[in-house]
Amino acid sequence: MNVPIVELKSAMKEYVNGALKVTALRGIDLRIDPGEYAVIMGASGSGKSTLLNLLGCLDHLSRGDYLLGGENISKLNDDELSEIRSRRIGFIFQSYNLIPQLNVLENIEVPLFYQGVPEPVARLKAEELAKRMGLSERLGHKPMELSGGQQQRVAIARSLVCDPILMLADEPTGNLDSKTGQEILELIDELHAEGKTIVMVTHDDDIAHRAQRVVRFMDGEIISNVWNGEPKV
Amino acid sequence: MTSMRPERMVKLAFKNLGQYRLRAGLTMLGIIFGVCSVVAMLSVGEGANQEIQEKIQRMGSQNILIKSVKVPSEESGQGGRRSLVASYGLTYDDYEELSRFVPNLEANTPIKRLRYDVQFKSRRLQTDVVATMPWYLGVQNYRMIRGRFLTTTDMEYGSPVCVIGTRLARMLFAGYDPIGKTLNIDKDAYTVVGIIGDLAQGEVRLENELWMEGENQSVYIPFKTYQQKRGDLFIQLSKGGGTFEKIELHELILTIDEQENVVSAVDAVRRVLKRNHKKEDYSVVVPLELIRQARETRRLFNIVLGSIAAISLIVGGIGIMNIMLATVSERIREIGIRRALGARRSDIVLQFLMETLLLSISGGVIGLVIGAIIPLAITATTDVKTVLTFPAFAVAFSVSVSVSVVFGIYPARRAALMDPIEALRHE
Ligand SMILES: Nc1ncnc2c1ncn2[C@@H]1O[C@H](COP(=O)(O)OP(=O)(O)O)[C@@H](O)[C@H]1O
Ligand SMILES: [Mg+2]
Repeated sequence: MNVPIVELKSAMKEYVNGALKVTALRGIDLRIDPGEYAVIMGASGSGKSTLLNLLGCLDHLSRGDYLLGGENISKLNDDELSEIRSRRIGFIFQSYNLIPQLNVLENIEVPLFYQGVPEPVARLKAEELAKRMGLSERLGHKPMELSGGQQQRVAIARSLVCDPILMLADEPTGNLDSKTGQEILELIDELHAEGKTIVMVTHDDDIAHRAQRVVRFMDGEIISNVWNGEPKV
Repeated sequence: MTSMRPERMVKLAFKNLGQYRLRAGLTMLGIIFGVCSVVAMLSVGEGANQEIQEKIQRMGSQNILIKSVKVPSEESGQGGRRSLVASYGLTYDDYEELSRFVPNLEANTPIKRLRYDVQFKSRRLQTDVVATMPWYLGVQNYRMIRGRFLTTTDMEYGSPVCVIGTRLARMLFAGYDPIGKTLNIDKDAYTVVGIIGDLAQGEVRLENELWMEGENQSVYIPFKTYQQKRGDLFIQLSKGGGTFEKIELHELILTIDEQENVVSAVDAVRRVLKRNHKKEDYSVVVPLELIRQARETRRLFNIVLGSIAAISLIVGGIGIMNIMLATVSERIREIGIRRALGARRSDIVLQFLMETLLLSISGGVIGLVIGAIIPLAITATTDVKTVLTFPAFAVAFSVSVSVSVVFGIYPARRAALMDPIEALRHE
């Protein structure tokens, strides 16, 4: 009924390094609907990050098609992909990936900077999100001056700033202690409750229980795709 | 479409460079040295050039100067004996023939120039006595300060009158009004009728110097008067006693009507003199040729300066490239993050180019300021003339900035072409 946010059709990804050819994704099909919270699991090297990079428009498929919100992006050029990343994708990384010389507000504003959003507008939006993430006291601080949990909150605020249709998180709690990790996961739950579409890579089975859909990978193939949430609205 | 306003790019560049203050400063130093050395060199060069040009111009670009030159006396003269009277140099015949055969001649000024003791009351000193024509004043572009110059009447009657230079007036007549006073030139009495000055000519600073240089210290008398009183023969004192020398004319100044006729006139002059003289006991100086030579020298000078300047600016550019490459490789992760968050390649290129531009422009401006101060300081502390010219500033600045941008493109492109996934994974 609804247009899916993510639709992969026989998606295949090969890495070619000279004579060496690695197939990271072996023709997978995957559909994620609006408002879904999906978790990707699998052993190291099974292709989880490759999938996330493709979903985040950082890379091209070798074969197959990728429809993001109904738009086929397989054939887009580099500039068009950049545009899509800045407007439709929110990234949350395991190692936060904040820009060290920028303060909290400036870091949150980066995606808007590349959209050409006027500075005062961007500033307002960044302040609002920072407040929501509980960072009101830290607006002028550099990432180095923040704890891991605070840095990840900045990163989440940054990923939300452009109202993305798809949020991608690669082990967002991997660098955090369990208590702080728990807080971050609760934040993500909140976002999900608000209707955000989230795809998260994790190793942790406990974390997987929070999600509605669990997709398991092995050697570049989906070995299970389990729906354990309530029926979609 | 992404549309980033330049002022935001500049702001970002400031912030990014702020991380590396020391490094940015050192990089700028390279550009500062380059720009300031170029400006300083060009200013000193232009100053030297103008000084030479002025000097030559003062000789008169329409003039041809001919001087008598004593050639080494050939020991085996006639009959192997040294003649009693050494006779050489320009003659009255030369004067007549040059007047007749040199085309487009406007004035021909004969000059006798000899060194004599001159005396006013008890004050005496040694200086040049110039015996010449009334039109000498105009030919040499001198100014009458007081009184009058020599006249045709003086010439006709061989009047014992003289005109003196400003410096001589000051030294010899201090406390007196020279006009109307009697000046003794080696026993002969002359009445001072005028004072002339040559503003452009620098004066010798030493106050007690008796041996003076320059026209400001000379005495000018009518040619005819000297001829009548002294003739053409004089005694040249030397170690082994004295020898008689006979010189009819010491100098001739030929003034040509137009500059473009000077070259053909010079040919005629050389032809006449070659015919009249067995030995080359004369020299021909053409200020116009000197000007041309000076221009040629300057052209060479400019090429050499330009090469040095280019090298120093390129060294500055390489410095920039070096720093930007280091900066880019330290910020690979940042590039990955920015790309993931929506930066296009062109945004990354622009970001790093803007940082380069900021470094080179600020370095360039500081370089210009220091480059302007150095020549001013040189002129203030020494008597070397320097001239600040707009082209020097413009060339130094624009070349340094464009060199930096050219050298900045490679690091910036390298940053932009990086694979964002690889860049994100970079530690
Ligand atoms: N840039 C690359 N070049 C070559 N091979 C790669 C590259 N990136 C990933 N791979 C390979 O693709 C496979 C999947 O990797 P990845 O998606 O990172 O796995 P995961 O994130 O599940 O650990 C692995 O075999 C990995 O070695
Ligand atoms: Mg991985």
